[in-house]
Amino acid sequence: MKFIKTISKKIMSKTFKTGCGECQSSCQSACKTSCTVGNQTCIQEEKIHKIEKPE
Amino acid sequence: MVHAFSFAEQVKHYFLWDVESGSLHKVDYLTFLCAKDRYDLLLAAKESEFLASKQGKQVVERNKEFSQAEAEGILNTPCATSEFVREHKYIKALCLHICHDCNMSCEYCFASGGDYNCAKDYMSIDVGKAAVDFLIANSGNRRNLEIDFFGGEPLLNMSSVKAIVDYAKLRAKEHGKAFYFTMTTNCILLNKENAAYLNSEMDNVVLSIDGRQQTHDNIRHMLSGKASYDKVVRNALAFKDIRGQKSYFARGTFTRQNLDFSKDIMHLIDLGFNSVSVEPVVLPSNHPLAIQADDLPAIYKEYEKLARQLLQRARSGEDITFFHFMIDLEKGPCFNKRMTGCGAGCEYLAISPQGDIYPCHQFVGTKYKMGNVFAGMQNPEIAQSFAHNTLCHKPTCRVCPAKYYCGGGCAANAYNFTGSICGIYEIGCEMHKKRLELALALYALKKEYLSA
Repeated sequence: MKFIKTISKKIMSKTFKTGCGECQSSCQSACKTSCTVGNQTCIQEEKIHKIEKPE
Repeated sequence: MVHAFSFAEQVKHYFLWDVESGSLHKVDYLTFLCAKDRYDLLLAAKESEFLASKQGKQVVERNKEFSQAEAEGILNTPCATSEFVREHKYIKALCLHICHDCNMSCEYCFASGGDYNCAKDYMSIDVGKAAVDFLIANSGNRRNLEIDFFGGEPLLNMSSVKAIVDYAKLRAKEHGKAFYFTMTTNCILLNKENAAYLNSEMDNVVLSIDGRQQTHDNIRHMLSGKASYDKVVRNALAFKDIRGQKSYFARGTFTRQNLDFSKDIMHLIDLGFNSVSVEPVVLPSNHPLAIQADDLPAIYKEYEKLARQLLQRARSGEDITFFHFMIDLEKGPCFNKRMTGCGAGCEYLAISPQGDIYPCHQFVGTKYKMGNVFAGMQNPEIAQSFAHNTLCHKPTCRVCPAKYYCGGGCAANAYNFTGSICGIYEIGCEMHKKRLELALALYALKKEYLSA
């Protein structure tokens, strides 16, 4: 397109069917008196920890 | 829904934000005005005048592109979700009020000097262990679990913190779970020993510091009334130095006493902190430090000033994270999270020193007591009411361009300002919208700079 320069597109549809609940809870980070979820990242591809198997 | 906004450096940049698809577009001024006209957004008199002078081929060409973008699902996309109820079967995060006591007395503290209007209290190891067991027992198939050590000042009760961490790690191994630990501290007791421990065991550490010395010392006093800045900065910087690449935030609060808060944020950055969060204070409107509606124009200008400075730093190669301008337009959070916000009352709960369960740290000591870690959940209807408190049930949120970036806002703020968790804390919403616009603009301009 000549007049519309797309920076980023269709974010919502990329994650529509996820919802695994494994990501960080927003209030565990640096916001304690507001609610900010847009800056969270889906961790489906990069788990925050390797799980140790039960012995 | 299309949201049109601009960001001014030496030149002005114009953006169109497709709320429902999350697509961001950069456009020229005429395209910006044509979009405002097409999507019934309010045009200022000067804008209407300019647009009228350009009628004809130029406008037709732009409208053709709008139609093309609409067909591609990246502009004016309709809302596809009219009903959404949060799943609240599992819990994944606990905020442990490790002690209701503090060695500081900050003017704006929502914990009323650390004790939450209750008697001073310290969480015992037994209560902490029961909280860990409660979390694991209620976490279902969630593998990544979180514990946030909060207060009061958690470093006042390190014996419990250490015992809880050890116990949680042991239980995690038995149950195939992993714990992610966070602590929020005022840094007064962040000596070498504590710093080494936090650096080793905490996945994220939040260091409370408000910015410039005068800003900080005006608000954040020792119990004796003495200033705290020198000690806090010394300890926080020493911690940052051993922290390396691991996560931390220098986190401050601004009030209506420092509406020039960009100077406080830049001060923290110039001290050497490259990961910073400074939030607006949330206080009852009759409090002298509370942000008022007529402060908003000054706050917007300050956020714009901050954005310009951060952009300049980014272009000169500095890697600085400002929490409220962080945005991920490639992956970001999933749609569920965007619909439901922080998860308070459902997947995220707070535990008082006595083991009582509340929807989040800001509800501790209120009527929203949900149960106890020993007895379990006793008032399931509270979790139910939070589960239904999604974007779909808030008419004001449904038409807000920032809705997928706050998930309907903070339930505690809503409750404190309107008496209902479903309410709207309007001043907070307005600031959030402004921060989102700036986060999007910074994202676009940084990307443009890097690709050039």
